[in-house]
Amino acid sequence: MSIKVLIPTPLQKLTKNQATVECDAANISELLESLEQNCPGIKARLCDDQGELRRFVNFYVNNEDIRFLQGQTTSLQDGDEVSIIPAIAGG
Amino acid sequence: MTQALSTPLPTTSLQGLKCKECGAEYEPLAIHVCEFCFGPLEVSYDFSRLQVSRAKIEAGPHSIWRYRDFLPVTTDNPIDVGTGMTPLVKAHRLARQLGLKNLYIKNDAVNMPTLSFKDRVVSVALTRAQELGFTTVSCASTGNLANSTAAIATRAGLDCCVFIPSDLEAGKVMGTLIYGPTVMAVQGNYDQVNRLCSEVANTYGWGFVNINLRPYYSEGSKTLGFEVAEQLGWQLPDHIVAPLASGSLFTKIYKGFREFVELGLVEDKDVRFSGAQAEGCSPIATAFREGQDFITPVKPNTIAKSIAIGNPADAVYALEIARKTQGNIDSVTDAEIIAGIKLLAETEGIFTETAGGDHCGSAQETGRGR
Ligand SMILES: Cc1ncc(COP(=O)(O)O)c(C=O)c1O
Ligand SMILES: [Zn+2]
Repeated sequence: MSIKVLIPTPLQKLTKNQATVECDAANISELLESLEQNCPGIKARLCDDQGELRRFVNFYVNNEDIRFLQGQTTSLQDGDEVSIIPAIAGG
Repeated sequence: MTQALSTPLPTTSLQGLKCKECGAEYEPLAIHVCEFCFGPLEVSYDFSRLQVSRAKIEAGPHSIWRYRDFLPVTTDNPIDVGTGMTPLVKAHRLARQLGLKNLYIKNDAVNMPTLSFKDRVVSVALTRAQELGFTTVSCASTGNLANSTAAIATRAGLDCCVFIPSDLEAGKVMGTLIYGPTVMAVQGNYDQVNRLCSEVANTYGWGFVNINLRPYYSEGSKTLGFEVAEQLGWQLPDHIVAPLASGSLFTKIYKGFREFVELGLVEDKDVRFSGAQAEGCSPIATAFREGQDFITPVKPNTIAKSIAIGNPADAVYALEIARKTQGNIDSVTDAEIIAGIKLLAETEGIFTETAGGDHCGSAQETGRGR
């Protein structure tokens, strides 16, 4: 199962400057583990000590915020695109 | 990437950037997110060598640049298009209607050059963009920001490309197009436009005022607070009521007041901070009501498009400030917003857009003691 993950600039040092990474995972929690395997250190950037996503980290699966889906248990399918975005905005 | 590290002149108090979450420090470049925890970066200053006085400020230009010492720029020639120093109107008739004693309206509907408070943030962001070497500037906008970025970029001779949701009010779109920028109308709501811009922000080497320049941009909102304090005769008000979209304006008025107190320009005082959102997009008001210190994003459905941000970046800080100052963050319905626009027009002769109706409606709630 291949998931395409879009990596934001601040994390690209951990992905050898790659803007996208391919992962195998059935849900977001697994994706975090899989990312950590490929790019050691990345999980600590995205999650706090309890393993919860940090409050300024946003995950999108195929353009939908996972908080509108099932959060970290949101399931993933072959070909899905996951985007990681730091919160910003002001209109 | 065109940005270069500018050596701060001794005449600037700009020091660097600091993560609001973990305190990590950074050079003052075109970055907005902490590498370690993804927290937002905020400008830090060294005010210790600063010679400020009320007289010096009063002798400065009739624009936001009279507060240059408190803004994150190094140049002595900022982009000054007459932004700021908008009237603080004593609103007797509206006050009576609302059952309030001393009510003032900060009328940023006559801000220059594009008639919204966004001219403040954009004047600062584009000045910094030039210092950092950008030649193209951009933004993700709910309308007002696009107008302002396009207009001020023209005056500064910068190329401009703006991204807006495709369903914006025609008047707002015209107000952008007239300045001749490249306009990208994106099918989706503001949050989706914003996400797209975040993804491409670092691809083209452009300065996105509300993304990679956001730390500088947001400091511009402090000037609204500075002006209120100066126009009240160098004192702080009892209570502020402001509209909330991302929550940035709200938190920066607070920061502005604190800086004035710190430098002895005004006497310290407890100021209550209350905010208003449109009910059809009120993630911050909901979190406030439910006692949460985080927000659950929403999909906006309101006529108040300029403040329809479903995933507001500064929500947690706005919540903190409202709570610690005994303020309130409330929401008003679209019908109340329209009633607010009418009331403001009929009592004070001020015709604002929906964001103005929003907090007029909310001031009404404040009047009722909510
Ligand atoms: C007219 C007007 N007032 C207030 C705001 C609130 O801005 P902020 O994102 O800083 O909360 C906006 C934002 O878009 C606006 O357009
Ligand atoms: Zn941090």
